[in-house]
Amino acid sequence: MIKFDRVSKRYPGSFDAIKNTSFEIEQGDLVFVTGASGAGKSTLLKLIAGLERPTSGTVLINNQNVSQLKAAAIPYLRRNFGLIFQDHKLLYDRNCFDNVALPLHINGILGEEAAKRIRAALDKVGLLSKEKSMPITLSGGEQQRLAIARAVVSRPAILIADEPTGNLDEGYAADILGVLYAFQQVGVTVIIASHELPHNIPDNMQNVVKVLHLQHGELTA
Amino acid sequence: MNQWLNQHMQPLRMVLGRMRQNLLGTVLMCCVMGVTLSLPAILFTIVDNLGQLAGGIESKPQLSLFLKLDASSSTNQAISEQLKKHAGIAKYEFVTKETAWEQMQQNANTADIGASLDKNPLPDAYFVTPKDIKPENVKRLQQEMQQWEGVELAQVDANWIKRLDTVLKLGKKAIFVLVALLGFALVAIIGNTIRLQIMTQLEEIEVSKLIGATNQFIRRPFLYAGTLYGLGGGLAAWLIVLAVVQLFNTSVTEIADLYASQFRLSMPNVTITLAMLLSAISLGWLGSFVAVNRSLAKIEKL
Repeated sequence: MIKFDRVSKRYPGSFDAIKNTSFEIEQGDLVFVTGASGAGKSTLLKLIAGLERPTSGTVLINNQNVSQLKAAAIPYLRRNFGLIFQDHKLLYDRNCFDNVALPLHINGILGEEAAKRIRAALDKVGLLSKEKSMPITLSGGEQQRLAIARAVVSRPAILIADEPTGNLDEGYAADILGVLYAFQQVGVTVIIASHELPHNIPDNMQNVVKVLHLQHGELTA
Repeated sequence: MNQWLNQHMQPLRMVLGRMRQNLLGTVLMCCVMGVTLSLPAILFTIVDNLGQLAGGIESKPQLSLFLKLDASSSTNQAISEQLKKHAGIAKYEFVTKETAWEQMQQNANTADIGASLDKNPLPDAYFVTPKDIKPENVKRLQQEMQQWEGVELAQVDANWIKRLDTVLKLGKKAIFVLVALLGFALVAIIGNTIRLQIMTQLEEIEVSKLIGATNQFIRRPFLYAGTLYGLGGGLAAWLIVLAVVQLFNTSVTEIADLYASQFRLSMPNVTITLAMLLSAISLGWLGSFVAVNRSLAKIEKL
């Protein structure tokens, strides 16, 4: 599904953020990208999601070579992913319902059909009662869950979360991870970046867990 | 089809909602465009009406036949005979050099020149009105008379109508230049307004791009906004032109009545109205297209 072959990424005027990295992610995997701050976790996620192009090597997503995609095809590639950002990137000028509506509007889904899916997504993260609330009135954990609802509403095959629990206390963090695990259970590929491997991975999921540990931009076993 | 319609109705509804929220700004924007567009439109109405006025006056070209100073009275007689018999001439008038000299001295403008001369320099002259006033026939007549014995110069006096025509052409050229300059200004104004709107929605655009929005999707609401500004501006300009013509007409009526004329400034016709609206809409679209493309290029570099 996602295949990296000797991928390097260098930002202009900087060292290699990712060095000579090769791995493969299968459909339905639960992948943890771990490492210290600055190890290249965010860069790796951006490469996976087609937000960045590699400097060298090949990134294959659904057998498409990202480096060779035309600029006009990139938006359609990105629609395969549900993205959850470290800083939420929620829009504070509209309520929860309209925040979740954005990906559907981008896909041209509107009206009743959209409303049904938006409510389903809000329900999954436990925010159905807050659809009319403005995001700024939500707690940190609720905002993160709203971000998850936005990421899953267009039913992507791959869910990518960049430090989704970074700013949350333990209770909320377990709560968020639980929501993400639930998506893995229904066949979604889930990729999570975090400082370290969480302790609360359910036993029945241990066999699908894949860990990519980064150190200074390089994968270590 | 339904999805296509949705993709256009949704941003349109969003833009209309935003415009209603910021009604004063929207109205002011339309007024700015209306005033700017109405200037060339008013000028055009005036020039167009003057052109019609000039076309209404029957142009009667006259030929002036100046005789040689030493032409004898028998030559003069022969020319008079020729004019009388000529088929292409409606009427003619003979002015002797003495009459012309007197007129020149009486005329305040030329009296000084007359006084400084000690001898009458003027020739005898015939003023001829041709039957056929087609320019090429008048020209042929002029060439024919130039050949006559005793004629120093045969000259056509239809120049004033040509001069008016040239002035009107100049007026039209001035309108063209004005339209080009103001059009450029409008593109800049709308572009700047749209750019400010983009800046207030930069977050939304960035997030949308991250989760797979195409450039068309991001452009669409801003293009609609620019187009709607153009439409509003065009309508405002049309109303301004109507009001100004109405206002002018009260004075024009008075003047025209003094000249016993039925002349009135005519309202802008359908062609002009449509041209005004369409140019306003396309300028609005162009301004927003330029602005949104520049912003998209900037975002992509981030």
